[in-house]
Amino acid sequence: MSDLRDLYQQVILDHYRSPRNFGVLDPATACAEGHNPLCGDKIKIYLRMDGDRVDGATFEGVGCAISTASASLMTEAVRGLERPQADALIASFLALMTGDGNGAAAVDLGKLEVLSGVKDYPVRIKCATLAWHALRAALEGGDSEAVTTE
Amino acid sequence: MTAPAAAVENEQRDSAVFDVERLRACFPILEREVRGHRLVYLDNAASAQRPEVVIDAVSDCYRTYYANAHRGVHALSEQSTDAYEAARAKVARFIGAPDSHEVVFTRGTTESLNLVAQSYGRRHLEPGDEVLLTEMEHHSNIVPWQLVCEQTGARVLAAPITDDGELDLDRFAGMLNERTRVVALAHVSNALGTVNDIPAVVELTRARSDAAVVVDGAQAVPHMAVDVAALGCDFYAFSGHKMYGPGGIGVLWGRRELLAAMPPYHGGGSMITRVTFERSEYMAPPQRFEAGTPAIAPAIGLGVAVEFLESTGLDPIERHEQELLSHTMEVLNDLPWVRVPGHASNAGSARAAVVSLVIDGAHPHDVATILDEQGIAIRAGHHCAQPLMDRLGVPATVRASFGLYNTHEEVDLLVSGLHEVRRIFG
Repeated sequence: MSDLRDLYQQVILDHYRSPRNFGVLDPATACAEGHNPLCGDKIKIYLRMDGDRVDGATFEGVGCAISTASASLMTEAVRGLERPQADALIASFLALMTGDGNGAAAVDLGKLEVLSGVKDYPVRIKCATLAWHALRAALEGGDSEAVTTE
Repeated sequence: MTAPAAAVENEQRDSAVFDVERLRACFPILEREVRGHRLVYLDNAASAQRPEVVIDAVSDCYRTYYANAHRGVHALSEQSTDAYEAARAKVARFIGAPDSHEVVFTRGTTESLNLVAQSYGRRHLEPGDEVLLTEMEHHSNIVPWQLVCEQTGARVLAAPITDDGELDLDRFAGMLNERTRVVALAHVSNALGTVNDIPAVVELTRARSDAAVVVDGAQAVPHMAVDVAALGCDFYAFSGHKMYGPGGIGVLWGRRELLAAMPPYHGGGSMITRVTFERSEYMAPPQRFEAGTPAIAPAIGLGVAVEFLESTGLDPIERHEQELLSHTMEVLNDLPWVRVPGHASNAGSARAAVVSLVIDGAHPHDVATILDEQGIAIRAGHHCAQPLMDRLGVPATVRASFGLYNTHEEVDLLVSGLHEVRRIFG
């Protein structure tokens, strides 16, 4: 049962119960939707870019603790980053989830490390990565078709 | 012996015969452990497990007499053909079909429903015609009708359900008209367990339209005695894998005269009497609808699953599962943080042993992970019934679905698992 405590750490439960940066961002310069057809969860990411810098990021949608906490933590982490740093953060987080050592060291994930327990639950990895795929889509132009985890 | 005395004796015999521990011993997989706990399998509505007799029948076919059916003149082909056709006869008897030629083997309920939609629906639907479904349908009884409606210009309508998760028969009746060509509905809802009153639906339909009544019986056949003649419907579809049989085999029962008038679904070998490049002539049902080499061993295994259900007795199975359902609902009613949408405690209609629940403050996927950690297999999600989830106003539910081998102890384990969810998410 200790594994479950690794998965559902207090930080994750806290961000699930009180998600940060939750809601529509107005004005936003880009947005993208992520969809997990397996469970029907949908998440929408809003970005406000100031040139190449992420000035603000919010999300909305209904999801499980893992997808909600991941989105919440992500919007905090990405704010203020220049585009290349944001890309590196996404790559590092996805590498952490897939257990791919390369790139994991490239960026200090800080608080996002609380989600590392997810990689021991393969069927839940898509929950954690849903928001991140949507973020990548938003950075690459946004307002395109919804990205899916499939 | 007088009739009541006989009924009492039957009752006593049934309860004496239904020995859940003895039945559990027939299912090898139930002995396994999951994450250090004995498996508690409550995902039967998705797919049930198989008794050893079914596993052995499939294995025995491949080990000792397998060959293609309806083809060769050699000994093995004859033996395979006989066993395959014997399975068809067992299935026909099991569902009260007047004639085994009315039993078409398919890959499963989904293929059965697509077959009806394409072979019957495509021929009978015209622009402006209507296919009437219900709000509680599985995607496999929605999408095939949408596809054929796109092809024909007909349209799909869904009869509403009540907040208690029951088909609103008055509003259903009000939607029937002379443009209704097909009524398609579940016998038992896969997400709610609601048992629809098929004879009533048939009666209403016959009084107001010429529509064919197509019943998705996937969730009914393993849990209650089904007699297609008594139901009065025109088509009845179900799957082997939900009734303790092999995967990859299913059934479409259809009225003989309707099947006889339908064009083939798939073209290929085994379904023709004569082929030239100009045209082909088709065999009579059921062969007309069984193009290509069928799933011979799975069909034989399905026949054995039918015998297993018959020897256990559908009435005792239903009684046992109803007791599990009552037990579950009783315990859940005491937990204020658990809701069972679409399942009012005073609901009027019968329910199969399927419970879809939501826990305040815990998403179904998290519930499923926490239960899985205790060896409890349930389903979390939309259960291939997204329109129903929209109707109930929930994105997803946790679904526990019972089978003949589940026990009261397992109900208690489920509930203690839910308490663990509450402890973590509380």
